[in-house]
Amino acid sequence: MAADGTLAVTTAAGAGSGRATSLQRFARRRSTIAFLMTLPLLVVVVGLVGYPAAYGIYLSTLNRRMTAFMEGDWLPTGLGNFEILFGSDTFWMVVWQSCIFAISAVLLKALIGFWLAHMLHHIPTKGQRKWRGMLLVPWVIPPALSTLGWWWMFDPSYSSINWILNIFAVPSVPWLGEPWWARASVIIVNVWYGAPFFMIMYLAALKSVPEQLYEAAAIDGATSWQRLRYVTLPMMANIISITVLFSLIVTFANYDIVRVLTNGGPRDLTHVFASYAFQVGILSSNIPRGAAVSLFMFPILAVCAFFVLRGVTRRNKEQM
Amino acid sequence: MSNNGITRRNVLRNGAGVVAAGALSAPMVHAQGTGGTLKCGFWDHWVPAGNGIMRELCAEWGRANRVEVNVEFITSVGNQNLLTINAQAQSRSGHDVLSFPTWEPAAKHELLEPMDDVMGRLAQKYGAVTPAAEYLGKVRGKWVAVPAVSGTQLKPACTRMDLLRQHAGIDIRAMWPDKPERGPGADGWTWDAFAAAAEKCKAANVPFGLPMGQFTDAVDWVGALMTSYGAFMMDERGNPTVRNNAKLRQAVEMLVRISRALPDDVWAWDDASNNRALISGRSALVFNPPSAWAVAKRDQPQVAEQCWYAPSPSGPEGRYVGYLPYFWGLWSFSRAKSAAKGLIEFLSERPQAERQTNTSAGYDIPPFLSMSDFKIWETEGPPTGFAYNYPVKPHQNQKTSVAFAPAPAEFAVQAYNNGLNTKLIARIVQGGESIDQALGWVERELTTIRRGG
Repeated sequence: MAADGTLAVTTAAGAGSGRATSLQRFARRRSTIAFLMTLPLLVVVVGLVGYPAAYGIYLSTLNRRMTAFMEGDWLPTGLGNFEILFGSDTFWMVVWQSCIFAISAVLLKALIGFWLAHMLHHIPTKGQRKWRGMLLVPWVIPPALSTLGWWWMFDPSYSSINWILNIFAVPSVPWLGEPWWARASVIIVNVWYGAPFFMIMYLAALKSVPEQLYEAAAIDGATSWQRLRYVTLPMMANIISITVLFSLIVTFANYDIVRVLTNGGPRDLTHVFASYAFQVGILSSNIPRGAAVSLFMFPILAVCAFFVLRGVTRRNKEQM
Repeated sequence: MSNNGITRRNVLRNGAGVVAAGALSAPMVHAQGTGGTLKCGFWDHWVPAGNGIMRELCAEWGRANRVEVNVEFITSVGNQNLLTINAQAQSRSGHDVLSFPTWEPAAKHELLEPMDDVMGRLAQKYGAVTPAAEYLGKVRGKWVAVPAVSGTQLKPACTRMDLLRQHAGIDIRAMWPDKPERGPGADGWTWDAFAAAAEKCKAANVPFGLPMGQFTDAVDWVGALMTSYGAFMMDERGNPTVRNNAKLRQAVEMLVRISRALPDDVWAWDDASNNRALISGRSALVFNPPSAWAVAKRDQPQVAEQCWYAPSPSGPEGRYVGYLPYFWGLWSFSRAKSAAKGLIEFLSERPQAERQTNTSAGYDIPPFLSMSDFKIWETEGPPTGFAYNYPVKPHQNQKTSVAFAPAPAEFAVQAYNNGLNTKLIARIVQGGESIDQALGWVERELTTIRRGG
């Protein structure tokens, strides 16, 4: 009998009916049933992920009017949009800005989430729940809505944050008007929104670290830093990696915060891939080039995913 | 029964088959006395009553022509209307008649039904269409959509009479009275005079509220100024005309001068920021349709009472005002083309156009120059007649302008939505680049746009 019991089921079914056709036998096999059970999910994945991705790739190969493949000077026909993007100053600025935005926002979210998780972990269970609930609020509010709130606070003319700063004789900050302040504002809002996700993931990981390890470390005379370095972090390494990867993907693809807060301005200096793709594709009626812009995220994220998942697999093998 | 081969089961089965085949094969069976159904997706108007009048007019036409007209309103907030247009264009299904914003008729012209017949009849009755509407609505000499009344706006100067008089010494009401004539000093209403007034008003802490970001209000007023200097970045064939362009340099120098006299945060302003600047009483002038005034009338009546419209200032090549139209277009995949054309023609006729403009408190601008005499612009207030000079009228010697015209629409739309004209100025004033460096950048961007087609 096979390890999955396939033969046993087939034999039993055959013995029961006596004259089962090959079609009936095929339908009763476990692998067939498993396939049928997963079919709805496969349909969803193919329909909502596979098809749009393939269609996006196809669109990126077309010319602006979508009547023929886009020709290139030095790249083959179909890759002309990518060739044009390679030669655009604005596009390379968007690539650079997307990297700055995603890396700095994810790092800050990870650090703040880690710190918050530790703080929460040391609060007695009874009081922990309400703090956990309150700290999760930013993550629960739809980002387009909460960003609108932030936009009011950063408003160029009527910023409430500036109003408070002015009370303490601190000059107004051009939150959305100056390039570096505008970049900082976009990152601040993203960190505010995303840090609770890291917090809850890290809190779950912290709770799963066996208490005996800390007791053993304490007997060995480990300091609190050594306990963190040699017990907590190794035990949390996989969850940290997966959370960072997940957040990196979501942050790279972020659209709503930039769109609501700065619309890519001033002078395109806060555009990220998604907001620039929307501007080029939908607003400027160049859907193929917009698709080409958004596809640039894929190789960057694929490289990140490869290294992070390789690290996870390696650690899992070491632990086995 | 069974002896004849007719069983109850067979009768039921065959009966069901006949009913199903009849229902599926019926192409379009209407109720008695109706002419089918027409699906319309109009722009969701800023002025709430603006939707009501469209519903009312469609119902009137539907009753008269025995057509069921289904009307939906699609907001432009979050570019929902653009997403709808693109989704319908991709799926080749959706509404019959749709409101298309500024650049969309040209972008989707291959999927739009030609409207030369409708526009021909309307032009016979009402005369010439404003030139900017013709530039946007005609592709290769053919009308691909009809310039709409509902939603179409102009962006002349909405001024604060008191602040301009007090700080800049300009009596704007005397200069541009609510009569078909030019007052004293109207000929001196130039961009030079405008810049001088902007500097004085900034010194008095009531600066002009002119956005310099990437949104339409910013791109439109900068585009109007450039057109009045004859400063074009791209010609009709799509060739960049930036290098050694003395007129463009002159316009850029004027824009740099004006933008230095604006609030420091204008680089981050959106389309609502200038409205707020006027309504809050902190600004002496904005370029905007009367929506800002309408909010001031409700929330800050003392501000609204001091508002007065003047045409755009003039430049060496004439006087141009920013124009942001909507169009009514008909998808070529529609199955109710003749009914749709009938409705569009009905909505564009003078009586219906006037009702739309009246309901929107004068906001909606009809495309025909002969319709610039609606009473609403003389009677709306307070102050009564403040919007007299909001539409383009013969005595103003003013024309409508679309930024980046006369470039081919497929290139102009990309330059427009990228805000290349405002970014050019921002690079100089905010980014510290020289005019030559900034012009070099804009030329490279235009070349990139052109390469992609």
